[in-house]
Amino acid sequence: MKIAVLALQGAFIEHEEVLSALGAECVELRNADDLRQDFDALVLPGGESTVQGKLLRESGMFEPLKERIEAGMPVLATCAGMILLADKIAGDDARHFATIPMTVKRNAYGRQLGSFHAYGELETVGEVPMTFIRAPYVVSAEDGVEVLAKVDGRIVAVRYGNQLALAFHPELDDDRQVHRLFVNMVEAYLHGSQQRHSA
Amino acid sequence: MSEQKTENRYGLNKQLAQMLKGGVIMDVTTPEQARIAEAAGACAVMALERIPADIRAAGGVSRMSDPKMIKGIQEAVSIPVMAKCRIGHFVEAQVLEAIEIDYIDESEVLSPADNVYHIDKHQFKVPFVCGAKDLGEALRRISEGASMIRTKGEPGTGDIIQAVQHMRKINAEIARVASLQKDELFEAAKELRVPYDLVQYVHENRRLPVVNFAAGGVATPADAALMMQLGAEGVFVGSGIFKSGNPEKRAAAIVQSVTNYKNADLIARLSEDLGEAMVGINEDEISLLMAERGK
Repeated sequence: MKIAVLALQGAFIEHEEVLSALGAECVELRNADDLRQDFDALVLPGGESTVQGKLLRESGMFEPLKERIEAGMPVLATCAGMILLADKIAGDDARHFATIPMTVKRNAYGRQLGSFHAYGELETVGEVPMTFIRAPYVVSAEDGVEVLAKVDGRIVAVRYGNQLALAFHPELDDDRQVHRLFVNMVEAYLHGSQQRHSA
Repeated sequence: MSEQKTENRYGLNKQLAQMLKGGVIMDVTTPEQARIAEAAGACAVMALERIPADIRAAGGVSRMSDPKMIKGIQEAVSIPVMAKCRIGHFVEAQVLEAIEIDYIDESEVLSPADNVYHIDKHQFKVPFVCGAKDLGEALRRISEGASMIRTKGEPGTGDIIQAVQHMRKINAEIARVASLQKDELFEAAKELRVPYDLVQYVHENRRLPVVNFAAGGVATPADAALMMQLGAEGVFVGSGIFKSGNPEKRAAAIVQSVTNYKNADLIARLSEDLGEAMVGINEDEISLLMAERGK
């Protein structure tokens, strides 16, 4: 299993370390040439969504990646990554991949003094540590978007098809359950596409 | 639903620095410059009244910026906003915390307020970044509570030599500590004048326990990529952007160069037609070495 990690800016190495420990091979995406490598899934890491969105377009990776996400490639998106996937950003005209029908709010908990750590229930997984750094949350999600976790009544994790989007940072905690969930999603996707090919 | 919040501000503050990695933090003096920096791809801005080149030119005592000016910049952008306080001036730091700054830079660029003590940064909820010329300085600042380190470089000069020297020295000292026998770490802690547990961390992990950026003298996309190839995890650019001929273009080029720091073809293209770089002063032409402030 080969997982591409968007390596434009932010905490991408942390994801690579966890996924490698779980047995996945990781490749970094910095420019359009990197897209020539084979990969089965994508990680959109934390960082600044304004920076990542701009560099995605300048690098020529935006359209090809958007097409692959729309075609069903599994995606794990954390924090800034969740913002890249949302089709609306509250109070902001910017939009990026816009592949999940939901509205997110950036810096929803305020400045750094509002950052916090919590434990919460993640649907189908159980209790996981959740680290929120100048985090967004989901203001509203349309039908078809499965809500996986709420903290203080706010939606902080969703799944839509093969896209798993989190407001928090599983890559910053020692717990690997969220990445294991994603690896299982990728395995199921690869298994499914093999079956489609052989059918 | 079981939710349980835990309080570990220092952990969260180190983690914010992790989110800034691979990014460029730009000095800005007005909301307009802050918007230009954000649009060019800055991952954070440093709000200050005068950029280091002007502080150097003006001379005199240089202090924390007007909180109103900082608030104007906080309102202008959505990315994190940092601001500087004087070394040892814990009340300036309290003021910056009161206006909910995202990161405080206890900075040698301003006139030091205390020639012995740095701020006890454990007393604050907001994070601090501090400058370091060598491993001892870096670990002393971390033991005082800094959650991010940067090289001191030589601010306001446009001359990269000191940032290079600091980064190489820190890396060489990390490599040395990593190569020591366990029983030699106590003596290393004594020599470095730092707590043993931090030396032990460096020995085991071959890195600082916090994120390490380059700062001071970065003026071109090649300067920024040089610091990244030398092991910086991101770059501060001060005077280099708004003292140059075409700030928007230069800022965007430096951002791309930091992401693609090993891609010489791209850096060559990014370096074309950037207009005039800041004039700069050579290290041996200046009388005030800011990097010597606070050790």
